[in-house]
Amino acid sequence: MLSPKIKYLLYLADNALILGHRNSEWCGHGPILEQDIAVTNISLDLVGQARNFYQYAASEIGNNTTEDSLAYLRDVREFKNCLITELPNGDWGQTILRQFFFSTYQYFLYTALKDCNDEQLAAIAEKSLKEVTYHVRWSSEWVIRLGDGTAESHQRMLTALDNLWNYTGEMLIPSAYEKEINEALAIKGADSLAEKWNRKIKEVLEEATLPVPQSAWSQQGGKEGMHTEHLGYILAEMQFLQRAYPGVEW
Amino acid sequence: MQVAENDIVRKVRALLETVCDPEIPVLTITDLGIVRAVHVTDDKESPDIEIVITPTYSGCPAMDVISMQIRMVLLEAGFKNIKITQVLSPAWTTDWMSEAGRQKLKAYGIAPPASTQSVCTPDAFQAEEAVQCPQCNSYNTKLISRFGSTACKSLYQCNDCKEPFDYFKCH
Repeated sequence: MLSPKIKYLLYLADNALILGHRNSEWCGHGPILEQDIAVTNISLDLVGQARNFYQYAASEIGNNTTEDSLAYLRDVREFKNCLITELPNGDWGQTILRQFFFSTYQYFLYTALKDCNDEQLAAIAEKSLKEVTYHVRWSSEWVIRLGDGTAESHQRMLTALDNLWNYTGEMLIPSAYEKEINEALAIKGADSLAEKWNRKIKEVLEEATLPVPQSAWSQQGGKEGMHTEHLGYILAEMQFLQRAYPGVEW
Repeated sequence: MQVAENDIVRKVRALLETVCDPEIPVLTITDLGIVRAVHVTDDKESPDIEIVITPTYSGCPAMDVISMQIRMVLLEAGFKNIKITQVLSPAWTTDWMSEAGRQKLKAYGIAPPASTQSVCTPDAFQAEEAVQCPQCNSYNTKLISRFGSTACKSLYQCNDCKEPFDYFKCH
């Protein structure tokens, strides 16, 4: 049985790794070179953050656990990432909108975590927050540009909003281990996360001339290891080498 | 004993000044400000040396290479008990880059980070800091992409000499 703290660290790490992996699928396929570079830079930041969380989790777990064994040798049911991070990229608009939703969540979460009473967790959050601030700026600018752009870009953003909205609630509804950690580590501001997220999303969607969906239904399960069919395919690709050639290094 | 320790620290620091960033080879790791501390725990024949470094970005792929290079130069100088520790807090900032480092960057064709930090907030479409073209010194430049060839740089273009260039962005 993993302690709430280890579950929480894996939750943070898995979110960053899976979204980082999804973004990396754009490498060489971005609509223009500069934005291809941007989305893969964001990947690099996210995978870096995932490494920091995995290293910390590994040191807490002990028993020769490493950041690599956590990333490459766990199966679907052990991953705790939010479902929204594992959804397929869709078109550029959907990738951008997902990044904006998730970066905004990370921004407020890390802002709260950087003042928590766990020194290492606070240090990782402080470091990551600087990077996530850039991600929020970049993704919100693109949401506005596409939403308030041409008829086609607007329509695509409406479709993306339809596809993603029901996956946003999961980020903001705390699991049992998040509740325990919020209390144990005195994470101030965890209660007001949803409120802050909603305010920022509303502000940007309005500027993008996009409606704020009213649907309250949330698709959930990722935090407890119940995933969509998409995660298995991500792991099959990401973990192939370590599964086929255990312990290989290059 | 105190004097001997200081001598060792000085020697180690001088060695660290020969280690270059693998992605921006004109800068040393001390120019970048990523060496946070040098600890020498005693002055026996083979002292314990601990070098504390901090990454510029969480995913900076250069950190592993830098750690290895530090180990190599110290080993070559005869030090044996070497420990390299990575810390994340306080988080690295471009303010820690040395003046010499900024000059070297500019001479290399990369615009150094503006000395007055623009406030890092998540708001969209902020006014960009005035970035000087490293080629013709014009401030009439424009942002092409907030993300450049490495995590620490943005891509700019000069409106006067038309030259595209990297900007080591404020962080």
